Amino acid sequence: MKYIRNIGAYFIMLFWVIRKPKKMNIFWNMFMNEVQFIGINSIPIVALMSTFMGAVISLQTASNMDSPLLPAYTVGYITQSSIILEFSPTIISLILAGKVGSNIASEIGTMRITEQIDALEIMGVNSINHLMLPKILASVIYFPILIVFSMFLGMFGGFLALVISDLQTTETYILGLRSWFDPYNIFYALTKTVAFGFIIVSVSSFYGYYVKGGSLEVGKASTKAVVISSVVILIANFIITKLMLL
Amino acid sequence: MISVRNVNKSFGKQQVLFDVSADFEPGRINLIIGQSGQGKSVLAKSMVGLHDVDSGQILFDQRDFTTMEKSERSEIRQEIGMLFQGGALFDSMTVEENIKFPLTMFTKMTKKEMQDRVDFCLDRVNLQGRNALYPSECSGGMQKRVGIARAIAMNPKYLFCDEPNSGLDPKTAIVIDNLIRDITYEYGITTIVITHDMNSVMEIGDKVIFIHQGKKWWEGDRHSIITTDNPEIEAFVFASEFMKKIRVSLKAHNS
Repeated sequence: MKYIRNIGAYFIMLFWVIRKPKKMNIFWNMFMNEVQFIGINSIPIVALMSTFMGAVISLQTASNMDSPLLPAYTVGYITQSSIILEFSPTIISLILAGKVGSNIASEIGTMRITEQIDALEIMGVNSINHLMLPKILASVIYFPILIVFSMFLGMFGGFLALVISDLQTTETYILGLRSWFDPYNIFYALTKTVAFGFIIVSVSSFYGYYVKGGSLEVGKASTKAVVISSVVILIANFIITKLMLL
Repeated sequence: MISVRNVNKSFGKQQVLFDVSADFEPGRINLIIGQSGQGKSVLAKSMVGLHDVDSGQILFDQRDFTTMEKSERSEIRQEIGMLFQGGALFDSMTVEENIKFPLTMFTKMTKKEMQDRVDFCLDRVNLQGRNALYPSECSGGMQKRVGIARAIAMNPKYLFCDEPNSGLDPKTAIVIDNLIRDITYEYGITTIVITHDMNSVMEIGDKVIFIHQGKKWWEGDRHSIITTDNPEIEAFVFASEFMKKIRVSLKAHNS
């Protein structure tokens, strides 16, 4: 019953989010701050994760390719497919759910318990729209950029691992990356990313906005935001994949 | 004038306000007092629309707040200033940005006009030159004064103060009380203060409403509250040994 009520409250919240901002200059400032926070500040973790994971994916693939019937460039192809189809859009989004989601839930939750949201409401500001719309827009615009960045770095990590370890030549690896490349896969990955960005920010904002109590509850809301948004991402991943690839 | 008519409010199965009716004098300081957990904050938050009441009317100059659409409420809210217990300053903004926020949001003032208004408000609360501080860099008393500056930035008709002295030393509390009193009389604001601080009651209470068990138990002024024989008020006002001694000497003096 509680879950059904939460789902209802979540959609009512979305109804109030999607409104024209009252003052565009305030909205623009907040949007740029969120781009900084959600986008730019996430670059180091995305870069680190993508490079090392790309390297590991390529090394593991190479170590399992002991059949002489498989051409050497298969390693590059599998690395490219794994990174574009699943690793960058889904795994990086799950990591961002932890980093960005917990931060958003605790930020909005703290505003709630310190009555800052009440202060906005009393001024006559639509607090849901004011606080959440810049975050949601920043995430749906900037997450795909982060994921494209992650894809490049993942494949570059694979390249470094294979070439430095002297397992493959640069030409073979690049031939693998270019083999059977389907631009639709990029479209599919970025569509997933937009959906995941929306889920992470809206679910985390929801748990922060409706927190009741004190700092302990803010911590719990933050944890819940990460867990629930991760679960929703996995479900959405399955549905989008079924709809777009099969 | 702000009037409350037969207001009832429940949270789940627990009723918090029972048929509360009261008139708040315009241009004066109206105090809502009572012990913790008796419903005074719920009453105040219902009056500003943070809680929806179950039944009853809340009238701002005969305009019924309870039956308004969200957009109409937004207009009335721009006539309301509120000072929160903890200040409720936006901690990502400086003092200046906090005061400027409602001006940017709801007025078409030029940058120069806005800056003048911010400086005027800061001057009014004796915080000249503190524009660039963040709330975390301000003391409790300063945060309350910034809260007052933000509350008066839009020239409100109604000012709500939720326990303005909580967490402050007695001397700073008197500074805040005096500031609320001066601003109320200077600008003719209808001020409603929720408090359980008897110093505030004696210092600034033009009209006092005592809430007990979710009901309006008593109303009067700051002079009559110390002479009333109402047992609940006596228990509240003269709770400490010090106040009991004052009560005894007052009675001796009167007789």
